[in-house]
Amino acid sequence: MTTSTKNAATPVAPSDAAARQGTRIRLENVTKDYGLAIPAVSNISLTIEPGEFMTLLGPSGSGKTTTLNLIAGFETLTTGSISFNGTDVGTLPPHKRNLGMLFQNYALFPHLTVVQNVAYPLRERRMPKAEIARKVAEVLQLVQLTGRDDNYPSQLSGGQQQRVALARAIVFNPNALLLDEPLGALDRNLRGALQMEIRRIHREVGSTFVFVTHDQEEAMNLSDRIALFNNGHIEQVGSPEELYRAPETLFTARFLGDSNVFELGAADLGTSVSWEGRTWAVAEGTVSSHPSVLSGSAIVVRPEDISIAADLKSVPAGANAVQARIRDLEYMGSYRTAMLAFGEKGLTGRARIDALDATHAIGDDVVAWWRPQRQRIVAA
Amino acid sequence: MTTVLTEIEDETVDAVVPRRPRRRDRGVDPIPWWLIVVGVIVALYFILPTLFVIPMSFSSASTFQFPPKDFSLKLYENFFTNPVWLGSLGNSVLVATLASLLATIVGTAAALGLHQLTGKLAGFVRTLLMVSIVTPSIVIAVAVYISFLQWHLVGSLGGYVLAHAAIGVPFVLVSVTSALGGFDPKLLRASASLGATPLRTFLRVTMPLISRGILTGAIFAFVTSFDEVVIALFLRSPTFQTLPVQMYNSVTVEIDPTIAASSSLVVVAVTIIFLVPQLIGARKRSR
Amino acid sequence: MTTPRPRSLPRPSWLLLVPALALLAGVLLVPLAQSFIRSIGAPDFTLEHYTALFTDGVTMTVLARTAATAAVVTVVTFLLGYPYAYLMTRVGPRARGVLLVIVLIPFWTSVMARNFAWIIILQRGGPVQSVFEFFGAGDIQFYGSVIGVTIAMSQVLLPFMVLPLFSALSGIDRKLLLAARGLGSSPLVAFWKIYWPLSRGGVVSGIILVFTLSLGFYVTPALLGSPQQSLIAQLLGQRTTQLLDFAGAGALGMLVLVVTLVLVAWANRLGGTISAIGVVATNRTKDS
Repeated sequence: MTTSTKNAATPVAPSDAAARQGTRIRLENVTKDYGLAIPAVSNISLTIEPGEFMTLLGPSGSGKTTTLNLIAGFETLTTGSISFNGTDVGTLPPHKRNLGMLFQNYALFPHLTVVQNVAYPLRERRMPKAEIARKVAEVLQLVQLTGRDDNYPSQLSGGQQQRVALARAIVFNPNALLLDEPLGALDRNLRGALQMEIRRIHREVGSTFVFVTHDQEEAMNLSDRIALFNNGHIEQVGSPEELYRAPETLFTARFLGDSNVFELGAADLGTSVSWEGRTWAVAEGTVSSHPSVLSGSAIVVRPEDISIAADLKSVPAGANAVQARIRDLEYMGSYRTAMLAFGEKGLTGRARIDALDATHAIGDDVVAWWRPQRQRIVAA
Repeated sequence: MTTVLTEIEDETVDAVVPRRPRRRDRGVDPIPWWLIVVGVIVALYFILPTLFVIPMSFSSASTFQFPPKDFSLKLYENFFTNPVWLGSLGNSVLVATLASLLATIVGTAAALGLHQLTGKLAGFVRTLLMVSIVTPSIVIAVAVYISFLQWHLVGSLGGYVLAHAAIGVPFVLVSVTSALGGFDPKLLRASASLGATPLRTFLRVTMPLISRGILTGAIFAFVTSFDEVVIALFLRSPTFQTLPVQMYNSVTVEIDPTIAASSSLVVVAVTIIFLVPQLIGARKRSR
Repeated sequence: MTTPRPRSLPRPSWLLLVPALALLAGVLLVPLAQSFIRSIGAPDFTLEHYTALFTDGVTMTVLARTAATAAVVTVVTFLLGYPYAYLMTRVGPRARGVLLVIVLIPFWTSVMARNFAWIIILQRGGPVQSVFEFFGAGDIQFYGSVIGVTIAMSQVLLPFMVLPLFSALSGIDRKLLLAARGLGSSPLVAFWKIYWPLSRGGVVSGIILVFTLSLGFYVTPALLGSPQQSLIAQLLGQRTTQLLDFAGAGALGMLVLVVTLVLVAWANRLGGTISAIGVVATNRTKDS
């Protein structure tokens, strides 16, 4: 298990990182205040590496879209600085920042055809006509939208429109591509397919992508790294795996994936902790290094890491265990979810069991157990 | 992968353009016959009276006698050759064109400005700009006449244009505001992100999308000016009058049935101006 | 760490409003202000022009006649307009388009042309009187009387009743009526208890609008009425061009203006009339 990573410091290094160009976007101590009680974005610092696929993830109102708008230049900074490859862009208006942008409702120009839409940024850059035609054809090929050149946006389906928008946003080789919840308006099937398209295009084009979403599955699917936003702050930054397996706070643990949460309060975190009278082992490297972990913490265990045994005798040595009653069994197709009530007070939780496992029934008293290496202690 | 994607999307395209459902639910709640009768009567009340000018225009008499005794094109001939009638027609066209131009430019700018502003002050300004629609034209005419007397604008082209532009502005304002309402503000951000300066964004994105609203407003301002009677009556001079004034004279000062020809032409012209966009729109919708 | 400089330019939006405001101020507001100043006896101050309105024995009579005519016109347009507007909400889109065009074309057709048409129709020896003569009632004078004026004004103002009404009525969900009938009400009761109350906003809007416009009408009474039975607009015109009583005309004009504005403001509070007129006049209803 890796040690928990510091915020904003270490990027993931995929194998072809060296081959990636793209802009480094750095935000330092950025605050955006609308004059309301709480600033929309409060003193955030983030470095987005060249060629990285960075997702800004969080619930609505957490500041992720504001941050994207600040990078784009649609909002002005209250304090702090934003730089592209070391050059400060704080005073640059949006049309000079050379960024591609993708919006949720596509924002295609309804009075222009597909080709005219895609050619728009090239015309603004006074490119010669022949070269425009060539680049447009090239990028439409890249997004796999051929044969629709002279159609108007209203004649296209949602997925096609989004691909035109994508083509338009990358045709002029922007510093970075900003995507503002672009798949929110599409249905599930289409969304999955387009996620793969975006991922593929990112690999082929290689520039920096900054993606905003509230959908944690989407974030984990697409990103090299995720910056998780909470109430205007960045809660944690890391790869999807880091955030899932090694959350620093309860917010992070709850936002990404399901969690079983055992509150500890302000506890000493040595080699063991106690919860409702039970003593559980703490494995090395499973405790968050977040500064407030000593003033309040909780144990987090993922449902897939919990197993169910009929009684204490069947629990392997070294595992942490707790009595539980099965409240409900949900059939999810490829697995089953057991809704559990832990301990004396009946704290609710979930465990994932094999779909074909028929040993347990609703109402059974069982023992839930997990290995200490799979549990995580987070700041609460 | 690609084929799956295109398959999914082809289905979605078909779903986007559904067939029109048949009128199955008509039988449940039919329209009562007496309502249709009343509707037809009222419709006739709307159109029929005005149609009387058309047969009247083919009369050869020098009175307003109806039905006309014989068929002749004398009135039309008089309308197009008599310098008094022709002159007033020319004046009307000139005034209406200039007034419409002024009202459109001024009104479009105001609509664009108001579109971005919110709050009570903006609402107040908007109401202020629309007030001339509800103010009785006689009140405007009298006040304008007296003031224009002092400013030597009575009987002048400039006076007419200014006055008519002022009453045309509300129509342009409404029309352009309506066009702006259907406008996605994200388009402006998209254009900026693609590298267009605010001016270029205005020219390449905003203007084309509101052009129909501007044109509609301009046409309404033109027609409003062209037909305007009351203010025109007060601002007239022996050397400068508009067509409605001349028509007024031909009833009150000396009976001149040429007004019938003039009326017919105006009625037919306005009808065409109105029906053509409707028919084009209808054909577009059924494509 | 840099702190970005605040925007120092004023928002350009207000600049865009300057031409419109200047035009309206110069052409409308200033003359009206001047008229008002004149009416209170500048450079002195006197209210005699206003009191004269009430005491000269003519103004109040004419005003009463105008109000009465306006009331009759309002009632007529309401009785004709409500069913027509209701029918428009019931028919299919194509028929509705036709009905709407039938309303809008007269709306935009020259006022002179329409009044001239009524002159032809209502004149002595004309079609209408011939019909009445046929039935032995040939003495009724249409042309040159308040009756003729009323008939003509009703036709001219009918669009102003129909359009706001249609706008209001089309917002009423017809299923409510069907629900009421399903619950046992007869069609008439359902209409009276459900539909009518919901339509009241538009009705009041249209009524106030037509009444207000009738008050200020000039052309129709001037052409189709008789000088002995002139309405307030004609009186105002006379005072200005014939009597050259600018101060008195100013006072009368202010009176008419204030009454109009008060009525429209009242209607506006009830149903957003001013924007409704504009919207309606430029055919920007939901269908288009």
